[in-house]
Amino acid sequence: MSEDVWSAQDTHPDAIEAALRELLRERHAANEALAPARVLNLIVVVDREWKGEIANRLERAGRYHASRTVLCAVEERRTTLDAVATVSYEEPKGSSLGVMHESVEIDLGTEHLRALQTICDPVLVSEIPTVVWSPHGHSEAVEALCPLMDVMLLDSDDMDDPVEAFARAERLRKHAYIVDLAWLRTTPWRERLAATFDLPERLEALREIEELEIRHRETSMASALLLAGWVSSRLHWSHSHLRLWDGRPVREAPETNGDVIVSLHTAEQEAPGLAGVTVACADGTTLSLQRGLGGLDAEERNADGEEHAWKILGASRGEGGILGEGIRQALLRDPTYLPALEAARELSPA
Amino acid sequence: MSATSPLSAADTDNPLVEGLERLPVHPTALVIFGATGDLAHRKLLPALYNLAHEGQLPERFEVIGVGRRTHEDEEFRDTLVDSIERYSRRRPDANVLEGLLNEARYVQGSFDDDQIYSELTRILDEFDQTAGRRLDRVFYLSTAPEFFPLIAGKLGAAGLNHAERASVRIVIEKPFGYDLASARTLNAELLEVFEEQQIFRIDHYLGKETVQNLMALRFANALFEPVWNRNYIDHVQITAAEDIGIGGRAGYYEHAGALRDLVQNHMLQLLALLTMEPPTAFDADRLRDEKLKVLEAIVPPSLDEVDSMAVRAQYAPGVVGGVEVPGYREEDGVARYSRTETYAALRLHVSNWRWAGVPFYLRTGKRLSRKLTEIAVILKQIPHVALQSSGSVGIQANQLVFTVQPDEGVSVSIGAKIPGTRMRIRPVNMEFRYGTSFLSESPEAYERLILDAMRGDATLFTRNDEIEALWGIIDPILEAWSQDKSSTIPQYESGSSGPREANALLLPGQMWRRL
Repeated sequence: MSEDVWSAQDTHPDAIEAALRELLRERHAANEALAPARVLNLIVVVDREWKGEIANRLERAGRYHASRTVLCAVEERRTTLDAVATVSYEEPKGSSLGVMHESVEIDLGTEHLRALQTICDPVLVSEIPTVVWSPHGHSEAVEALCPLMDVMLLDSDDMDDPVEAFARAERLRKHAYIVDLAWLRTTPWRERLAATFDLPERLEALREIEELEIRHRETSMASALLLAGWVSSRLHWSHSHLRLWDGRPVREAPETNGDVIVSLHTAEQEAPGLAGVTVACADGTTLSLQRGLGGLDAEERNADGEEHAWKILGASRGEGGILGEGIRQALLRDPTYLPALEAARELSPA
Repeated sequence: MSATSPLSAADTDNPLVEGLERLPVHPTALVIFGATGDLAHRKLLPALYNLAHEGQLPERFEVIGVGRRTHEDEEFRDTLVDSIERYSRRRPDANVLEGLLNEARYVQGSFDDDQIYSELTRILDEFDQTAGRRLDRVFYLSTAPEFFPLIAGKLGAAGLNHAERASVRIVIEKPFGYDLASARTLNAELLEVFEEQQIFRIDHYLGKETVQNLMALRFANALFEPVWNRNYIDHVQITAAEDIGIGGRAGYYEHAGALRDLVQNHMLQLLALLTMEPPTAFDADRLRDEKLKVLEAIVPPSLDEVDSMAVRAQYAPGVVGGVEVPGYREEDGVARYSRTETYAALRLHVSNWRWAGVPFYLRTGKRLSRKLTEIAVILKQIPHVALQSSGSVGIQANQLVFTVQPDEGVSVSIGAKIPGTRMRIRPVNMEFRYGTSFLSESPEAYERLILDAMRGDATLFTRNDEIEALWGIIDPILEAWSQDKSSTIPQYESGSSGPREANALLLPGQMWRRL
């Protein structure tokens, strides 16, 4: 990977934009086969002392890079803007095209946050969607960026309290389309549950689910609740109550016929996200999916008591892959997230 | 909590599927005939691995290879691992690879040997037994075409053409037939054993993103459809150029030639997608109905017309990429007086209201100056030029170009003013490239098509009547060329843009696009 770099201290947004334009022009003049990517802008707001870590996370996002990334590193008491603009590319081979990606790092102060849109706006590529990600909070910055933002990338697993996390998502969805990394951690589980119940003989069982048990890493309760919310909203369960959470009753529900027991349990696991799901139906069928090497380990016990076990193949995307998927999802629209979020809020412990 | 779900007994759709990018595929056993062959190793197995890596294979998936080479299961698995490691578009994950192949089986034998079909039945039953349910079955015929009817017949005789409580499908690789008569015979032979909806005739071009994007561009934009007709379009050029020779494929190529290899299938499919009327829905039959209608509107040339509508040629020695290369007749395995064409160009007309009078030029060749597959739609010249002052490069007709390879994308050429005090105009391009406009890379065509076949979605596969219509267009050309007993056919220098004779196909004022 080659890079062209410009930097300046005590600069301003117009100078940054002009520098980027010049870097692109010079590189294209040197090699006409290099063209700038024009997919989406990504504004990232981070604490300055953690910007290296966030830059590394973005680096590990695989091939899903924003066309132009604007990293705003926030520092207490800073009053001026310092900036580094970079155009990175791989020289194309033969007659193929090469793609250039642009990134800008702006060091700024907390006092800049309330008008952050005036700093970011001139630096963005117009006519393509803008994604905002603020992994260290900075709600003032997020609020300021609302007029520029098409998509808000957030992670409901980041907050200790899922109730608060879901309230934040609910608030922000009024301004932008939400891509929630906690939701994306449930994707393979949703796909597999959908595939399992797609078989004609199992479709009937969807109406007869009696228990849904979700196992999750301690810090990923939001993911677990979103998965429960998804099942609940897709199946139009009218009310839901958490009967168990980590083995302890969280909210008592009156036992009535036809209740579905949704329970969440924490599990020891290194990777964020879910560890397993078990669905039990009225006819005695149970299906269990458990995270394993090279995919999910599935176990089924049918109504006659027969047991089958198999492996559902799929490589783990890792946290880098989840972030990359989040960036990719900014270009798509998932109609099932908001109903799942709403149901997850209902399911959440009081 | 009440679990009284509004789902009623009448609900047959799976409510969990809504919003998912990857639709479920039912548990499947895939049987690959010709599993030790080149296509299986370069394309099919790497495609299967990538589907497994991305979690797109069915929850229960088993693979069985059938071939004539002697292998034990273990040895067969080792060859699959080698192929996947060598040809996969991503580095394999050891756990996924092991999961994919640890139950892979190999059945050795000649395709006419009943024994292999009873062995297949035994293994498939064993897989069903282990799964506790019947797996869907897909038989993928990646063999020489002469084995297609034989294998299909044997599958039928062994009762493997249907299964209770499971779907059975057969995927047929190209070439599907050798001419119209043989395609009809093959269709009839297959349809004696399988229903049409069980048969998936593959044309991997249809699995390419750019090819599918032809439909998106035409039918998802208001910009193009108003000019998509004889009133605005002057002519169309479809090019599939390769800079390589026949490599080690002389055995196949000597019998096929450029017309059968690329024009009859891939290029005519591109033509059909470019010219068909909008389907009322994007489903298999409605899309293929529209393609069939437009293919039937292409009037095949009479034997007398062939010379004025089709050109063939062979590559002669030359220089490609700075390297001297032999002519076709000097290639290993090629007859010294071979008359097989390595280049074919056609002028076709679509005789319907929309396209009457618009020539469609198709050209394909090996050892040309560069590798390029594209569709160029050349619009008519503007009726009056009032703007241009001297010093202009010139106002050219607008061109809309779909590039299929090497860089997938679309470009539109437009006239623009050259900066300065005078109104001087030159053509510039507006470009859309997959690489710069989407984050994801296009999956291999085979990944999409294998998945569709397992799912039973035939939208991107060729129907029996469609394949016969395709052959019907080129059959007279094949016949005329086979009747021509002259000792030579035109030659073109390797590394050039093709034979001069191809220019004779063009109508006055038209010229081939530069490769």
